[in-house]
Amino acid sequence: MIQATKNYFRFLSRCARIAFVGDWRYYGWMGFLSVLVLLGLNAYCKQFVNGLITTGMSDEVSWGVYISNFTFIVGIAAAAAMLVIPVYIYDNEELHDLVIFGELLAVASILMCLAFVTVDLGRPDRFWHLIPGIGKFNFPHSMLAWDVVVLNGYLLLNVYICGYLLYCRYNGRKPAKWFYIPFVFIAIVWAISIHTVTAFLYVGLGGRHFWNSAIVGPRFLASAFTAGPALIILALQVIRGVTAYRITDKALLTLRGIVQVSMLINVFLLLNEVFKEFYSKSKNITSSTYLFFGLEGHHALVPWIWTAVTFNIIAMFLLILPLTRSLRYLNVACVLAIVGIWIEKGMGLVVPGFIPTPLGDIVEYSPSLNETFICLGIWAFGFLAYTIFLRMSVPILQGKLSRAKENVPLHDVIRGTGPEEVMAKA
Amino acid sequence: MNRRNFLRSSALALSGVAAIAAALEPLRDLTDYTSLQRFFQKHYKQLTPQDMERILARITTEVEKQYKIRPHVKDYKPMDGVEFVYCLNLTRCIGCRKCVHACVQENNLSRDPEMQYIRVLKMPHGSLNPEEGDAKYNPEMVPEKGFFYMPVSCQQCRNSACSKVCPVKATWTDSDGITVIDYDWCIGCRYCEAACPYFARRFNWKKPEVPKERLNPNMSYLGNRPRMQGVMEKCHWCVQRTRVGQMPACHDVCPAGARKFGNILDPNSEVSYILRNKRVFIQLKEEVGNNPRFYYYFDV
Repeated sequence: MIQATKNYFRFLSRCARIAFVGDWRYYGWMGFLSVLVLLGLNAYCKQFVNGLITTGMSDEVSWGVYISNFTFIVGIAAAAAMLVIPVYIYDNEELHDLVIFGELLAVASILMCLAFVTVDLGRPDRFWHLIPGIGKFNFPHSMLAWDVVVLNGYLLLNVYICGYLLYCRYNGRKPAKWFYIPFVFIAIVWAISIHTVTAFLYVGLGGRHFWNSAIVGPRFLASAFTAGPALIILALQVIRGVTAYRITDKALLTLRGIVQVSMLINVFLLLNEVFKEFYSKSKNITSSTYLFFGLEGHHALVPWIWTAVTFNIIAMFLLILPLTRSLRYLNVACVLAIVGIWIEKGMGLVVPGFIPTPLGDIVEYSPSLNETFICLGIWAFGFLAYTIFLRMSVPILQGKLSRAKENVPLHDVIRGTGPEEVMAKA
Repeated sequence: MNRRNFLRSSALALSGVAAIAAALEPLRDLTDYTSLQRFFQKHYKQLTPQDMERILARITTEVEKQYKIRPHVKDYKPMDGVEFVYCLNLTRCIGCRKCVHACVQENNLSRDPEMQYIRVLKMPHGSLNPEEGDAKYNPEMVPEKGFFYMPVSCQQCRNSACSKVCPVKATWTDSDGITVIDYDWCIGCRYCEAACPYFARRFNWKKPEVPKERLNPNMSYLGNRPRMQGVMEKCHWCVQRTRVGQMPACHDVCPAGARKFGNILDPNSEVSYILRNKRVFIQLKEEVGNNPRFYYYFDV
């Protein structure tokens, strides 16, 4: 028992130390991200002292880019399920080893989500009021309470699954099915639940017609299962580029199939919503009118939403055409899809819900510089976390960082993982 | 570890610490430290009478220190057998906004940035849709021909969206029908502000400021005591007045007699009479289903 604990701590410490080992490119990238994180932290300190007055938000538009980014990133986290489902339900061999990269992305995403929610709080010092048992948790009435449960649960599930699989690989033993397969299946359902609950956060508000629509939930899922796997396609290519980890084109093309179908559904659902709003011409379409065409001379969001629509439609056609079997075009389609959905699910969903106000005033919103720095800082923090996770997991999956090779210095572990070295050896 | 490596790592670690310290620099301007007592303060409904006594004493000292005025702070409880409703006569309201200003004065609302609980909408004849209204009217004289005026503040809903969505139960409806906020419990997520169909809730985007000479020293814990940065607030039908038998400030100041306030459980009250006998009275945005305790009616 004591020996097992000792071994485990040695594993953790080696993982922690390897995060600081790399060549100049690695240090450059990590240094760049750290600077952004620190700038964000500095901006957040200003906000913490002076209040949310440092943001562009107001009583009229009381949620802005923090909650917008939060909403988008929950989708990215949920999309890990799109890697897990083919592997564990349809026994897809190509994606098998890649599942862990998807789940690590989910972990990094949830960390970002928690950060985005925290910076949005007026009283972050009272966060403990949200802890079930100690605080006063309005469960099951408040959808935000549900969100706290599902997000943290999803974080724990993924940390556990990744941690268990990686530790087994590190020890060179086969993972025991009963220790992780049930959790994998729970995580699949859970992934869908996190984005559904986040949609219900908006859908449940009867006083906001723009959000109070049954299609918001399905649209959330469709867009998440587009943008998430698209991001994973890009991430896997980066991993393939900077390490010698074997990722086949076939695996990427399997993911392309998922992005393709999700994008078709996504655009279809968007059309449904646009038709319902504008054909019926009820009194409740002022928010949609503001978003797509502008209202009484206010049209801050119009260029954004049309950019999003255009990107989504171009991405959809690219994905349907055989053209995107070539990775170069697939990458273009993925970038367009991610940016399009980021605008649509973020600013395009959150902000127009507040415009006009329930009493008919039109006050527009644009983020302040300080607010933007905080967002950049959190994005950089997410990238930083994901890079560290990959730095730990890639050598473990390659069998270079393991208990059998505990005496190999970490520099040598890393040195052997680049594509050039492996090529040279071959 | 050799000497060179050691020096390099220490230099790196040192510059890292320096960079973090520089990033945290704005925290030096933090003046309003949360004391341990405030940090660990429990939810309003979990406080014992002794706890409340201590808290009220603390608030008294804090107000005295900041404003040099000794306030009278009390935790006013709802009265038994009372459920308040508000009735507003749209035929009589002339849009003078005296209620708005009386409310600001009575409830110690922030003057910088300016906050108001009541919004008066100038409505074109023929519509009750608040989106048709204009809150920024500013003519020489009111009322203007062809318009009527509709003041909107918290509707004290029976099925309130704000308290349903609050993740920490920092806002709830008391037995007398008033929805109140524990300012010391609110985490400032602003979900209630998004949920409210009446644009009734306000957030303290910075530390609210009230000039010393304007401070109303008669304060209630769940009502008009000074608020802090980062929490929600809204109209509470002047709990510091109505829970001891007085009328809300907006009611008393109205020069047109458009506002009627009282106990719906008392069959002899004026509001009971109005709801029994007026042919038309409405709840704003009835279709949303929040079932307000605030009614608008016409003289017909």
